Amino acid sequence: MTTEAPGTDARPARSAAPHVALFATCITDTMKPSVPIATVKLLERLGCRVSFPMKQTCCGQIMTNTGYYKEALPAVRNYADTFGEYDYIVGPSGSCVGSVREQHVMLAQDAGDEGLATAAGAVASRTYELTEFIVDVLGVTDVGAYFPHRVTYHPTCHSMRIAKVGDRPLQLLRAVRGIDLVDLPKAEQCCGFGGTFSVKNSEVSVAMASDKARHVRSTDAEFLVAGDHACLMNIGGVLHRQRAGIKTIHLAEILASTEEDQR
Amino acid sequence: MNAREEVLRRVRRATADVTEDRPEVDVPVEWVYGRPLDTVDVLADFVEKVEDYKATVDRCAESGIGTTIVQALQRLGATSVVVPGGLPGEWTAAIGASGIQVYRDEPPLSHAQLNTIDAVVTTSAVAMADSGTIALDHSAGQGRRALSLLPDRHICVVRADQVVSDVPEGMTRLAPALRERRPVTWLSGGSATSDIELSRVEGVHGPRHLSVVLVEG
Amino acid sequence: MTERRTPEPGSWLGIPPFPKAAKSALENAEQRKNLRHATGTIRAKRVARAAEVPDWEELRTAGAQIKDRVARHLEHYLLQAEAAMTAAGITVHWARDADDANRIVTEIAQAKGVDEVVKIKSMVTQEIDLNEHLEANGIAAWETDLAELIVQLGHDLPSHILVPAIHRNRSEVREIFTTEMGRYGTPAPEGISDNPAELTDAARTHLREKFLRAKMAVSGGNFIVAETGTLVVVESEGNGRMCLTLPETMVSIVGIEKIVPTLQDLEVFLKLLPRSSTGERMNPYTSFWTGVTPGDGPQDLHVVLLDNGRTNALADPHGRAALRCIRCSACLNICPVYERVGGHAYGSPYPGPIGAILGPQLRGMDNPNDRALPFASTLCGACNEVCPVRIPFTDILVHLRHKAVEYKTAKHPTGEQALMKGAGWLMADGSHLETAQQASQLAGKVLRGKWLGPLPIPIASRWLQARDVEAPPAQTFRQWWKDNHEGDQQ
Repeated sequence: MTTEAPGTDARPARSAAPHVALFATCITDTMKPSVPIATVKLLERLGCRVSFPMKQTCCGQIMTNTGYYKEALPAVRNYADTFGEYDYIVGPSGSCVGSVREQHVMLAQDAGDEGLATAAGAVASRTYELTEFIVDVLGVTDVGAYFPHRVTYHPTCHSMRIAKVGDRPLQLLRAVRGIDLVDLPKAEQCCGFGGTFSVKNSEVSVAMASDKARHVRSTDAEFLVAGDHACLMNIGGVLHRQRAGIKTIHLAEILASTEEDQR
Repeated sequence: MNAREEVLRRVRRATADVTEDRPEVDVPVEWVYGRPLDTVDVLADFVEKVEDYKATVDRCAESGIGTTIVQALQRLGATSVVVPGGLPGEWTAAIGASGIQVYRDEPPLSHAQLNTIDAVVTTSAVAMADSGTIALDHSAGQGRRALSLLPDRHICVVRADQVVSDVPEGMTRLAPALRERRPVTWLSGGSATSDIELSRVEGVHGPRHLSVVLVEG
Repeated sequence: MTERRTPEPGSWLGIPPFPKAAKSALENAEQRKNLRHATGTIRAKRVARAAEVPDWEELRTAGAQIKDRVARHLEHYLLQAEAAMTAAGITVHWARDADDANRIVTEIAQAKGVDEVVKIKSMVTQEIDLNEHLEANGIAAWETDLAELIVQLGHDLPSHILVPAIHRNRSEVREIFTTEMGRYGTPAPEGISDNPAELTDAARTHLREKFLRAKMAVSGGNFIVAETGTLVVVESEGNGRMCLTLPETMVSIVGIEKIVPTLQDLEVFLKLLPRSSTGERMNPYTSFWTGVTPGDGPQDLHVVLLDNGRTNALADPHGRAALRCIRCSACLNICPVYERVGGHAYGSPYPGPIGAILGPQLRGMDNPNDRALPFASTLCGACNEVCPVRIPFTDILVHLRHKAVEYKTAKHPTGEQALMKGAGWLMADGSHLETAQQASQLAGKVLRGKWLGPLPIPIASRWLQARDVEAPPAQTFRQWWKDNHEGDQQ
């Protein structure tokens, strides 16, 4: 593997450009490509070399969390195979990254596959949620973004409690030029998505999403930002139904945004 | 197989995966027991926490105990009081001199009788500042449990040297009484409930008024 | 048929599986308001009280470790506790299940010739439905905790571990007291208002005569100390002290997991429990008794050590941690699902996250209601963070979902299983996913960025009932990458 020489633009002062394998996640790959596109743009602007291994698919969480361990196993195996050779695997989702780190080894062990468990553990330890990678590995909090809008941030449950990203997303958002970042009331409460919960217990899910949408509307923000597209789909779906006029946007999209984009 | 054997057999079978026989080796507990808090002023902390439960604290010197007890009883409108065996005679004398009717629990009063008496005066075993808790071990001066339960007002005398910073030290001090199989009762303020809309109401079945006499020096 | 002596309670039996029960609970606007208010209040208190303790996280770790030690060596501690209690003069009984325990209590009551008992609030007696068993044998069981009294007089069911009447507001309580108290004892005063202090006072008066005449009491127990045989009951109102002090006979039914090894271990739990539970530095009253004390309190003491499914949970190394629970209810109070649907929808006296992981383990997976419980969560993980004994709720929920799926698919394949198998194949390789994405891209080309509203498509309709969805894009990220970064690929 060759490494590029540091460029002349505003990159962190690092001797070697980190080589990042993008874990796009199946949901944004298929349903919201603007999120991984923004992630690529952002990481490249920060001086990384980005690869997208085409073999990748999914963390398998939808199967795991619905109780289908055997059915999740192909995704676990594929993840370990796909990303085994990379030092940095970065995904724009606290939930998917959390699943890789907290569930893959368990699934392999449940299947009695110790070899896979070892491989899954190793690759999981090199898997980062996007804001963790930027703040902890690249050591950057000002990514040079520009986003002149009123924005409120929803810390998704899995970002907060499974991936444990802490306040890294807020550190990054606060450094964005032009942004008007307003607090979201009861921010730490779940939006009600919960994967298959949203269909198995759809009424409760909607009740929670509606409360979340109400809190979002109370901020008068133009954009609701979060680090997980699935949660944004849930809250955004309610906001759209209510004709609230508030758009949802992924963290990566704000962080990738520059003055040229906003012109 | 009787129920005992059956339950124990199930327990053995359920824990068959545990191969280390020594519990403390199998699951170490990373906790240092009995540690005090580094509270600057333990007595002040105790008073603050007890008052936070809406209980009253009167601080006095050894010589002023009798008077302070009488004042507390009068403030609470008590006209009768029960005193346990072992309560210092001069306190009982002071109460008697004030005109409040004194009952002794010798021979033991019936529950119905206790239920009609306004107040009880007891000493205490240990107090824990951080949580504002007083422990009774029901030895001399503290009376059997019914005494500090049925009357509606409890005047409890705590000496400064009985006050420790927190629960761990308190447990250490209480352990000998518990090993002697004495009953122990912890009081943190008067009885209370939050059962209606989680809004706290002071005073349900236990004494509705707790008045602490804190003796210093 | 002889007339009942106590109010006829509601029944868990008619309650449908969680999704359906939750749906109807959501329609109860009054209850939702009561729950939002109550859980909001208690959450704020818990946070404040936990934050006061500098070594809170270390305490939680200690609580988890002590409980794990006991669970993994339960036989040792049970035998030690039994020996210590027996030596202290307590008669120790063992109960395999609810029937055993109910029979033991009934026989003690019959031997003593009593036809009524006063009760300390106890989850375990709810679990075994003791009151109804006693009623069937002509013995009246009077609940003495204020919230349990509200539930009992209201012909209701408990909906919370700590505050069983949390679903009722003050005016409903006033209504219940006014109409029911007089039928079972001292009536509520004429013209009583809905002020909680006045209502509490009415309960004091109503119950005082029952305390004074009771010959027998029944309790649960928060802890049994193995080394000394000490029982511990943690309470607020003093009704517990009344019950465990005034009657001549006292029976405590305690789950076998409630043991702690030593007296000193209590320092950990007596700091964790009140702050996690009522959000107080300490609950008003904690009683410790070690056998019979001559001249003080009941002279005939019994303890019933109850299994009733606990060994099922113990046998599962992934589910065992649920037995750490000290019944504080912090997980209920923080749970966004519980906050909206309340306790009854969970179909047992143990609601909320703890009910969802404990119920199916105690009772097994045979009943569809129990198989639905592990799915009654968004896996948001808020419960993991507040639990004073660090129960890994979300891990156990996922584990029990797996067990529920294994149970369901063991007999015959299901539609959901076919979907998941399909998804499994799709996610086995990028080329599979890419094939499926041909279809999503085609749909995207047709729909051209439109949002979708309500549609009569199975499953999708449940998402779309209140949420729009953006149409899939005409180009996936994968395709974009091929078009823009193709040369970068190895």
